[in-house]
Amino acid sequence: MPENPSNPTIPDRVTLFASCMVDQLAPAVGESTVDVLEHLGVTVDFLDDQTCCGQPAFNSGFRSEAFPVATRFIEIFEKVEGPIVVPSGSCAAMVRNFYGDLFRDDERMIGRARNVGDRLYELTEFISSFFGTDAVVGQLSDDATYHKCCHLLREIGIDEQPIEMLSNIDGLNLTPLERDDVCCGFGGAFSVKMPDISSAILDEKLDYIESTGAKTVVAADTGCVYQMQGGLRRRGSDVQVVHIAEILAMSIRNASGAGAKR
Amino acid sequence: MKPQTINFRSKASQTMGDEEVQQAIEHVYTGFFKGRLVAAADTPDWEELRTKGKAIKDHTIAHLDYYLGLLADNVEKNGGSVFFAEDAEEARKHIIDLAHARNIKTVIKSKSMVSEEMALAESLNDEGIETVETDLGEYIIQLANETPYHLIAPAVHKSRKEVAELLDDDFKEGDRVPDATELTMMAREKLRGVFERADMSVTGVNFAVAESGSIALVTNEGNGRMSTTVPRVHVAVMGMEKIIPSIQDLSTMLRILIRSATGQRISTYVTMVNGARKPDEEEGPEEFHLVIMNNGRQKLLADPQMRESLNCIRCGACLNACPVYRKVGGHAYGWVYPGPIGAIVTPVMTGLKDASNLPAASSLCGACHDACPVKINIPRMLLELRYRSAEGSTDSAERTSSASERFVWKSWRIGMMGRKRFDYGAKLARLILRPLARNGWLRKSPPPISGWTSTRDFPLIAAGSLRSRLAKRRKKAKS
Repeated sequence: MPENPSNPTIPDRVTLFASCMVDQLAPAVGESTVDVLEHLGVTVDFLDDQTCCGQPAFNSGFRSEAFPVATRFIEIFEKVEGPIVVPSGSCAAMVRNFYGDLFRDDERMIGRARNVGDRLYELTEFISSFFGTDAVVGQLSDDATYHKCCHLLREIGIDEQPIEMLSNIDGLNLTPLERDDVCCGFGGAFSVKMPDISSAILDEKLDYIESTGAKTVVAADTGCVYQMQGGLRRRGSDVQVVHIAEILAMSIRNASGAGAKR
Repeated sequence: MKPQTINFRSKASQTMGDEEVQQAIEHVYTGFFKGRLVAAADTPDWEELRTKGKAIKDHTIAHLDYYLGLLADNVEKNGGSVFFAEDAEEARKHIIDLAHARNIKTVIKSKSMVSEEMALAESLNDEGIETVETDLGEYIIQLANETPYHLIAPAVHKSRKEVAELLDDDFKEGDRVPDATELTMMAREKLRGVFERADMSVTGVNFAVAESGSIALVTNEGNGRMSTTVPRVHVAVMGMEKIIPSIQDLSTMLRILIRSATGQRISTYVTMVNGARKPDEEEGPEEFHLVIMNNGRQKLLADPQMRESLNCIRCGACLNACPVYRKVGGHAYGWVYPGPIGAIVTPVMTGLKDASNLPAASSLCGACHDACPVKINIPRMLLELRYRSAEGSTDSAERTSSASERFVWKSWRIGMMGRKRFDYGAKLARLILRPLARNGWLRKSPPPISGWTSTRDFPLIAAGSLRSRLAKRRKKAKS
């Protein structure tokens, strides 16, 4: 993992891990990820066989079901060299931090998992560590606020970098979000299994979002995006929740195009 | 205390519907959580202290036998007696017998979560021995006949008005609600007499120092110091993990405990007890007894995946950081230890079968891990317990997952094991859900997504996967 952003070897080719949610629920986030990376001069490969890293079953305790899916993930991605980029801190955390537990009885698999995990970057982590947080200079007129997704913040350690990236977007008025590092209540299967608790946590988050007056909430993980958007819609709110890849891609398009607004 | 972990869901929903309690619990965030952040920022070597604290606890727990032996030897050298209790029942009986044998009439208690495991105050009162909690929060809880809501703030869920009703028999609806100082003075007045007539005290132990045989107590009200000096018999109760090797270690542990608990740099009182009054001393209790309790801790010790939970120093920082605790409240957890730490120790100590909802009730946000002064990886252990209850991985009797849940995850696995199935499954789901969707969102949906749509809209599966969209892009780029 490059620790020094000022002197890394800048990759010109990466493999995209979409994540199952982006692949089937939010393909626009995946396309935006490709757009942003290509804008930075990076060629993006996509492995057609990919599905999921196994996190949903692992987090629900069903490790015997997660095991073959995670093994399959490793088999697919160990075939390619170079960085792998995923627009999700949560999936990155699964591979990098939790595969060790899933494969704990299998030394060989742990080694293989590490080989893939060491090359796996979350999108904003990849951009900020190789290109810097000021690499994407776009244009977008909007009032936005940023929510820090838990796994990206606490498992991957990406904190203010996405905010710095957003602050480089010309025309984007960024209002700080009170308690931006408190969970939105998503938590994967938890949000379905215990919807009352998940929503109670979400309600607090939405109150803080609405009090910013922002029209757009930016977050870096699709699960959290849908948790907040789903809750806002149920409230009858017009506030939009957007994945950071999308807002970066839009701002790039605006800057290179005729200055169109979103 | 009898575990009520099975009632987690109903207790949680009761609390979530109680506006007043919700407002009261906010203090754990605005007061304690933020206080800890400020204290940590003001401590230049904070991260080093945490690392050191973790190393001290790791080392001690790895050599627990040795340090327990050393502690017991040194307490006895200091003239105290040591009793190892296998469980809460044994500990309770030992203390009751001690009290009866010495014709004790009144016991003052200072705060101790271990004594809650024994339901000690209640049991002593049942034996006809007047027993009064002297920590203000605990006293309020005792008057309300409840159990502690929080590790360091047992009555944090009580409004001032409720406290006034408990402390002042004449308080009527519509009366002016006294402020915190006035309430404290009311309690002080009531407690003063008890302190004077008490002939035995029971205190907890924040740290037991093995090399000196001393115990350290951290309090803010001075009741701990009264308890350890005034009555003629002092009984200290501790879980067997509450031990550290040396006085030097105590300095590290006190710094991280107090900052993590309340955000103070040091508590109003730190009391060190080296046993009873020596022959040449004029003050202090005549007898000192240390009760060291197992009560399920051995199970944690013998469990390599869960052992780290014994590093806990009961500061409550994980509770304050936890978005779930702040909504469901302390009583939902159904036993002595609430919040994230309770969600990992309670299932092992009292049985996972009834307590499986405790580790399930987490978004795995990791705020607890971040807040923990000794860096206990609580999320990892929540996941371990989920594994055990989903698949009965260590004991088939622990399995609580339903057949339909197992079916869902089996189907999920089958769907994820091939790209064609993955795409086909998504298409099928879209086909089923599409008639229910408007503008790409569902307000209602069949199980298992119905849990989600009970409170939030759910996005319809996209018309084409990313794979198919990228394939189109590649084609377009080529042509």
